[in-house]
Amino acid sequence: MRGLVLGGLIAAIFTAAALISFLWTPGDVTAVDIANRLKPPGGAYPLGTDHFGRDMVSMVMVGARVSIAVAVVAVGIGMVLGIPLGLTAAARRGGLIDEVIMRSNDLVFAFPALLIAILITAVFGPSALNAIIAIGIFNIPVFARVTRGAALALWSREFILAAQVAGKGRLRISAEHILPNIANTVIVQGTIQFSFGIISEAALSYVGLGAQPPTPSWGRMLAESQTMISFAPHLALVPGLSIVIMVLGLNLMGDGLRDVLDPRLRKRRA
Amino acid sequence: MLTFALKRALSMIVSLAAASLVIFFAIEVIPGDPAAYMLGMNASEDTLAALRSELGLDQGMAERYVGWITGMLAGDFGTSYTYRTPVAEMVGERLWISLPLTLYALALSTFVAFPVGILAASNRGGVLDTGIMGLTQLGIAVPNFWFAMMLVVIFAINLGWFTAGGFPGWEGGLLAGLKALTLPAIALALPQASVLARVMRSALIDTLHEDFVRTARAKGLTRGQALRRHALRNAMIPVLTIIGLQFSFLLAGAIIIENVFFLPGLGRLIFQAITQRDLIVVESVVMLLVFAVILVTFLVDLAYAAVDPRLRRGR
Repeated sequence: MRGLVLGGLIAAIFTAAALISFLWTPGDVTAVDIANRLKPPGGAYPLGTDHFGRDMVSMVMVGARVSIAVAVVAVGIGMVLGIPLGLTAAARRGGLIDEVIMRSNDLVFAFPALLIAILITAVFGPSALNAIIAIGIFNIPVFARVTRGAALALWSREFILAAQVAGKGRLRISAEHILPNIANTVIVQGTIQFSFGIISEAALSYVGLGAQPPTPSWGRMLAESQTMISFAPHLALVPGLSIVIMVLGLNLMGDGLRDVLDPRLRKRRA
Repeated sequence: MLTFALKRALSMIVSLAAASLVIFFAIEVIPGDPAAYMLGMNASEDTLAALRSELGLDQGMAERYVGWITGMLAGDFGTSYTYRTPVAEMVGERLWISLPLTLYALALSTFVAFPVGILAASNRGGVLDTGIMGLTQLGIAVPNFWFAMMLVVIFAINLGWFTAGGFPGWEGGLLAGLKALTLPAIALALPQASVLARVMRSALIDTLHEDFVRTARAKGLTRGQALRRHALRNAMIPVLTIIGLQFSFLLAGAIIIENVFFLPGLGRLIFQAITQRDLIVVESVVMLLVFAVILVTFLVDLAYAAVDPRLRRGR
């Protein structure tokens, strides 16, 4: 429970900071202030300033927008496409459709998110949108597998049998009985993929395949900090620690959710 | 076992064929004219036509695909447009950095994760276990390229124990090469070692509940002996799965980490190729990486079947 609260709090704080940044930031992130460039943390600038003299607190707030948005939308893509695929595969267990869906899943699994991003970028050029698509595509088989596995376990239960006897079709059973009962599992997977999305977005932006200048994101802040790291390490520390804390929070939240939603697991662990 | 291996090999070939189609279509078909894309907007019609015939674009799509695949099978990956050298040569050179780096990281991750996971499992619920679990939780949350940058700051810039980047080449001796790959490998290995240690711990805890472990204990073995002699081997299946999966993460990670350390590996090659619009290089390198991932999945499947005969009868 403590993990869930702490993790949820961390995720909520960063998300709130990203949302607030649309209305207000402590400093101006578009203005250049050379007199105050590369200030170490302290005084008027709690986290220091970057090479343009911009306040790092404001930069982290604005950077959080892209990082969180990319991860959330990518999870959305994975859920919207992956869950129906998983449900269909489970409903048609052992059939041709199941086989086709699972083999296609294996195929996508052979492409790490980075390779998908490389292919998309080679074709359409780099952008935050392409990062979303790449991570989203990677998420589809993840959700499809988790959904299928959880749904398969349910298909052999009595209440599903009862629904079948009552004359409900596979589609209706999947939507009305299976889906609500696997929601927990999917939500837990969702938080895990959310944290994966944050790290992936950072990695893609870091190598130039994600958000493009002038849009700040945590990954791009890290990329820009690299040449200045020897004399201004805070430029790398601030966005890096933001990623670590956010991902840690999401993982704690995921673990906490799993324990709360599945009491059997809690008992076994104790 | 042989039928199982053959079946798996067949499905591997099907996956490879499907993957090659995906890559081929993504690169060659969607963007329209690759020659125009590679040369940019100001290319003259003559140059375009010349490049088109050089790339074989005047042929049909099916012909081009077959040409690409048969070429690759024969070790001919085409000619880089930017460097005018065979792609196979460029890839061959770079592979000698990316592959050792990946394997180095995999070895580090495994060697750290095994004892740490075993230690945590055998001290389950204790202070040591809690500490290890907390550290691995942190290790998972750290992006490897950022950790790499921090390693550079500490060990290269401040302590001066390592160089901040670059690669002396294997001609300079095995040790010098390994030394240059050590910081990158540690950075790559940290998140993977954290995941692996957690899997090792939970797999061990699961098997420690099994009857055969209780029997071993009843025979008078200590907890540690039962763990080492009986539980460990049975916990290997999930651990092997994760090691296999990690290979693809490490390979992808290596491509990114190479950027931090300015290592001239496949990662640098592919990002240069993207900025220079050298699509042939992108296509071939991506195919090669996907091939590596599929091959490792196949080998892990075989390893399971060798460890656990029950798995040979299919899923």
